[in-house]
Amino acid sequence: MSDEGGPGTITVASRLAGFMRGGGVLIPLVTAFLAFLVGGLVVAAAGANPIDTYEAIFEGSGLNWLFPWVTGDDRTLAALNLQQTLILTTPLILTGLAVAFAFRAGLFNIGGQGQYLVGTFAAVYVGSSLEGTPAFLHVVLAIVAGSLAGALWAGIAGLLKATTGANEVVSTIMLNWTAVYLGSYLFTLGGPLHSDDPAAASIPVSPDIHESARLPVFWGDPELQGLHIGIFIALVAAILFWVLLNRSVTGYEVRAVGFNPDAAEYAGISAGRNYVKVMLICGLLAGLAGTLDVLGWQFRVATNDIQVSQTGYYGIAVALLGRNTAFGTVAAALLFGALLNGTSVRNLDPAVFDPQLATNLTWIIQGLIVLFVSAPVLITYLSPGRLRRRFRRRPAEARAG
Amino acid sequence: MHALLGENGAGKSTLMNVLYGLLQPDEGEIILRGERVHIGSPREAIGMRIGMVHQHFMLIPVMTVAENVVLASEPRKGALLDVDAAEQRVHELSERFGLAVDPRAYVEDIGVGQQQRVEILRVLHRGADVLILDEPTAVLTAQETAELFKVLRALTAEGVSVIFISHKLREVLEIADRVTVLRRGSKIDTVDTEGATEASLAKLMVGRDVLFRVEKDAASAGEPLLEIKDLEVEDDRGLPAVRGLSLQVRAGEIVGVAGVDGNGQSELVEAITGLRAPHGGHIRVAGTDVTGGGVQGALAAGVGHIAEDRHRRGLVLDFSLAENLALREYRRPPLSRFGLLSPKRMEQQARPLLEQYDVRGGRPETTAGSLSGGNQQKVVIARELAEEPRVTIAAQPTRGLDVGAIEFVHRRLLEQRDAGRGVLLVSLELEEIRSLSDRVLVIYEGRIVAELAPDVSDEELGVAMLGGKVRA
Repeated sequence: MSDEGGPGTITVASRLAGFMRGGGVLIPLVTAFLAFLVGGLVVAAAGANPIDTYEAIFEGSGLNWLFPWVTGDDRTLAALNLQQTLILTTPLILTGLAVAFAFRAGLFNIGGQGQYLVGTFAAVYVGSSLEGTPAFLHVVLAIVAGSLAGALWAGIAGLLKATTGANEVVSTIMLNWTAVYLGSYLFTLGGPLHSDDPAAASIPVSPDIHESARLPVFWGDPELQGLHIGIFIALVAAILFWVLLNRSVTGYEVRAVGFNPDAAEYAGISAGRNYVKVMLICGLLAGLAGTLDVLGWQFRVATNDIQVSQTGYYGIAVALLGRNTAFGTVAAALLFGALLNGTSVRNLDPAVFDPQLATNLTWIIQGLIVLFVSAPVLITYLSPGRLRRRFRRRPAEARAG
Repeated sequence: MHALLGENGAGKSTLMNVLYGLLQPDEGEIILRGERVHIGSPREAIGMRIGMVHQHFMLIPVMTVAENVVLASEPRKGALLDVDAAEQRVHELSERFGLAVDPRAYVEDIGVGQQQRVEILRVLHRGADVLILDEPTAVLTAQETAELFKVLRALTAEGVSVIFISHKLREVLEIADRVTVLRRGSKIDTVDTEGATEASLAKLMVGRDVLFRVEKDAASAGEPLLEIKDLEVEDDRGLPAVRGLSLQVRAGEIVGVAGVDGNGQSELVEAITGLRAPHGGHIRVAGTDVTGGGVQGALAAGVGHIAEDRHRRGLVLDFSLAENLALREYRRPPLSRFGLLSPKRMEQQARPLLEQYDVRGGRPETTAGSLSGGNQQKVVIARELAEEPRVTIAAQPTRGLDVGAIEFVHRRLLEQRDAGRGVLLVSLELEEIRSLSDRVLVIYEGRIVAELAPDVSDEELGVAMLGGKVRA
């Protein structure tokens, strides 16, 4: 059509753009609600009571700690659970931001998982060597190493895109698998980074990091995996993300390339250089996620952890649900952290719902969220504007008929 | 043949989308062949023998002409497409209406004018006798337009009703029997073209008198601001597009570059503005060599660029107007300091510009995509001219604009000239070139082949554009 759509014309496309751009919180909430609703149907189909199940998951996540009327032993338990939820939330914020930043530049970073993993490798290497380094310095060095490793890993995909035009979706997926097998090689029995502890002689695991490289625990008992200060680092990263994207020259360029690479070129912005820059920043965030996990509570990397880890992939759902904004990503990360912790075998009351099934429930809800967010046409199609028009058409038809 | 005339945003396309079932009316009714009808979808519209050719073609490039024409109503041989029957059918239709196309050619290989014929054939194949054409000439050259008009006359002679949407007054007068003028969503009047003039239609369309001839004083050209010497530029396929081109734009003059589309104009503009690295030759702006200096080099030397395609290059439609207006200057203070942007200063810069350039409905926080085409172009021009560039490269600056907006753009370009700056105007609209330029250069196969006075006859200009010799 020509330049004119006429003021007030609402097309599906414009509503779709509005959905992705809009700062509203309503649609993500509706999306999450729908996902939980369908998840509830699955629970009911499995023969359990969905409301009881969700209540149990909520309590398992420790979020009931926020209610002042929960007291005594319940409160102690809730605090422990909430600490675990926030430990899981920390890396999800960062891997979510890693995906969100790429989205804002018009790139799809599926490589959060690989970037997260190489972050853990570098962190565990620095953390387990350099014995005798002062605590603060050791932590800083490990964080720098882990973040840089992630940045370089993602930078490969950015460089390939900028120089050869290789699709970043394909290259980041391949780099995920490269990272998995790199880890399996590093920590396997007799591998270059296999633990030299005699107790671990038959376990494919890295050496433990030194005490000096551990992040301090500020809430709960360090022996009981209390909450480490990584959550603050993640929150600061989210604030920096917002500033970088919305208040910096770099962010302006990133968004310009994301929206319209041709117009960006016209303004003298090199799209290729931007792709590399963006991927470096994404990798930095995901690598930092891996680093905080290692320094905060895992303290070592085992090959079987590498194979089952999903933190990077959850970042995609977190970013989508959080609409690629800083605040949205933090909120979505908390939701996923709570869900993961609340459905874990340890926390869910088996009398209410089989925890084995519950883990799958997390997967189902995650899948549904990705589905609902990726197919917003569905929601926009059913949005009030369209419904109103449908209803208005009826009387016209009646008159015409 | 009925023409629908109106400014950008007057509601022409919206009205036609209602007719074609793409949009539903909130109120009112449509009467077709004397009966009140309800058109719920394009499918129903086709069933009522209404056909529409959109401005942007809806063809499948990798299929042949015949396959595109019969799409969705294919002649079959068993379960298979009957290719021979399809080609035969296309052949018949094109014979009958004088729409010559090769049924076996692939759509991606044929030109825009041909593609439009395929669209028309497709509509006719479905039996339409009401044909809606949405700005059909916007993408055509003058020759193609003339051929299209021949076809349309043949169609009306066969009893097909044609609704012709346009904002080009001359075309409407030439082809239509009656004209309905729309302004801001309402019908202003329906008049016979017999007895109407461009001025009378323009007045109906804009609601006031419009100046057609650009009033301008004689140029007083000064020192050269843009000097191009032996420039060579390759196109996207690596073939030479600009071959040893030289030209000069002096202070206080508008130089028009006329030519048939595809003779190296786009590549020339991209080379001057730094978007495309030249292969050879030199570009100097006010004495500084900017050859190969990239966009930022051209910008720093004082080159303003009104891009050919504002949607593709000129604007980030999802950005706010303040952000769009900052697109050239965001790197430097006062808009940014130490790598941090100041949204407040961006807004302070935007507000007076939007007012000064009369961007209607535009506030600094409005997204560019929500403005009409004319107002979008005003934003582009505000940005490019606000910095008072030494040389402005205006590529098709009025494409797709209505008369009111065209007048505005022309006035702004003349202001640049009168302020002692240079303007290089590259346009396919000969009328625009002739009325604005102080000198007309003719580009043909990547070279300047003639320099003419702006009041040269159409014939002479036409001959030069096709590479013919011009009697001096």
